[in-house]
Amino acid sequence: MFSFELLLDAVVLGVLLGCFYAAVSLGLSVAFGLLDVPHVAHPAFLVLASYAVYVLNEFYGIDPLLAGLLITPFLFVFGLAAYRLYYETFEKRGSDAGVRGIAFFFGIAFIIEVLIILQFGVDQRSVTATYIGKAWRIGDMRIPYRLVVAFAVATLLTTLLALYLSKTFMGRAIRAVAQDQEALRLMGANPIRIKQWAFGIATAVLGIAGALLIIVAPVDPTLDRAYIGRTFCVVVMAGLGSMTGTLVAAIILGVAESIVLTLFGASWAPAISFAMLLGVLAVRPQGLFGRRS
Amino acid sequence: MKRNGIFFWVGAAVFLIAIALMTKLITNEYPFFAGYVILQFIVLAVAWSILGGHAGYVNFGTSAFFGMGVYTAVFLFKVAGAPLLVQIAAAAAVGALMGFALGLLTLRMQGIFFSIATIALTIVIETSITNWRYVGGAAGIQLQRPPVTWPFSGYVQMLFFVQAVLVVLAVVVSRYIQNSWIGRGLQALRDDELAAECTGVPTLRLKVLACVVSGALMCAAGAPAAMYLQYADPSSAFNLNYSVSTLAMSLIGGTAHWAGPIVGAILLGTTQQLLTVTISSEVNVLVLGVMLVLFVVAAPEGLIGLLRRIRRHRREGKQ
Repeated sequence: MFSFELLLDAVVLGVLLGCFYAAVSLGLSVAFGLLDVPHVAHPAFLVLASYAVYVLNEFYGIDPLLAGLLITPFLFVFGLAAYRLYYETFEKRGSDAGVRGIAFFFGIAFIIEVLIILQFGVDQRSVTATYIGKAWRIGDMRIPYRLVVAFAVATLLTTLLALYLSKTFMGRAIRAVAQDQEALRLMGANPIRIKQWAFGIATAVLGIAGALLIIVAPVDPTLDRAYIGRTFCVVVMAGLGSMTGTLVAAIILGVAESIVLTLFGASWAPAISFAMLLGVLAVRPQGLFGRRS
Repeated sequence: MKRNGIFFWVGAAVFLIAIALMTKLITNEYPFFAGYVILQFIVLAVAWSILGGHAGYVNFGTSAFFGMGVYTAVFLFKVAGAPLLVQIAAAAAVGALMGFALGLLTLRMQGIFFSIATIALTIVIETSITNWRYVGGAAGIQLQRPPVTWPFSGYVQMLFFVQAVLVVLAVVVSRYIQNSWIGRGLQALRDDELAAECTGVPTLRLKVLACVVSGALMCAAGAPAAMYLQYADPSSAFNLNYSVSTLAMSLIGGTAHWAGPIVGAILLGTTQQLLTVTISSEVNVLVLGVMLVLFVVAAPEGLIGLLRRIRRHRREGKQ
């Protein structure tokens, strides 16, 4: 049953899948990792973006990746508004903002889920593009193009965001606000404006991420539940807010899922990310590349 | 305080007698079907508040406990045809064990991380059950109810009465905890865990105790559901909707007083029943989400908190 080739297959697919997981976790890495917003609705936003891409593709024939780019500005504005609401209702009032915040985002996630069901039904939806459905053969190995596209775009997206956070003025300001909000205030900057901008970026990234989600596999309204595990697993394992960490952690998750899928079958797959998340939380809560000691 | 106590016990007795009379007088089965669900949610919400309200640890794993209750009952019924009371008692024991494990988790995780860990726990347990063929696997399992025993006229009536007893049990425990040193200790550690520890509150012991009691009650509430539906499958037994409903009910009622979760569960539970019957279960979930968000944003202390605030205003107005 078990062979070396099968394992190699699983590892290669896992690495590709992992880069894709990094792309869908980037937003959460900024929102939860850097800004400490308990953004449980992040996967729901992701699925919502996928449905927007689906509509543009199905009814206007726009390429899914281009559609993802098109909705990005709208997502950015949406993110700005969402953070403003969160800030006014929770952070400003102080005490136990995190705990009520998580209940708030859970409610939002449920609302998005049901609105999608009411609009599109519970069926799976997928997009059409020239690179979907074909595969690339190397010897006995078969690599679907859709995964290759997702891998390339995801790597590009992660690199761009990492560069943005480390090289640009605004990016550095975002990392500064994560380190010490008070110090920034003393220097005359407005930390809330910076955080709002960062949350906007975190949401805007979901445009491309949502496109990748629906390119990789068909999407259904309750898919966000599985991605709560995957995205939080990646972000926590990465060590909150580290972009390189996000990529490494996502690849570890991708390879683990792929190997378990090959060895034990699909029915165990949902538990992998959650089990790894539990393990990381219990053993090494600061993650692999933690910013906190 | 003393007079309060007498009122409480008389109220509990009247409630049980009324339930018992209902099972004798009403012949239509539907009120019992609907009422059972509401009673079940009262137990879940009250149990949730023991940890979530007093100690401030937000548990998203209600569905894990509920589902384990269901599957403990399924397993015992399949192995030995165990009677209902044995199923419930065993479920409570399983829940207590799970609660103990959860209590130990609080050693390393607080706040958001604890909440996320409880979601993770739910999915991991659900997946394990899905892969356990003996109790039906992903396809689920059919159960044949045994003949009902005297003095009940039907099985649903009996389940309704049993769940009512669980309600009283849960409320008694929750009320006792609130009024004793346990509740005060839990509140101290909610406000500031480090300060509580420093002033000699045994925080770990209290947290573990709260988790064990809360877990045992949640699991016990889930056990009769197997016989109620005569069917169990992992994706509905471990459905996250249980977690969110329970959370919403507790927060809407308010967790500052033991009566809050009861009020929330009755209000939201009745609304849900009406919506599911009259419109659809999707709209029901939508209303649940909207209510949760509205209350968390506008009335973070819940209905009990609102009531207190109105009273305070009135008192200040008189002066």
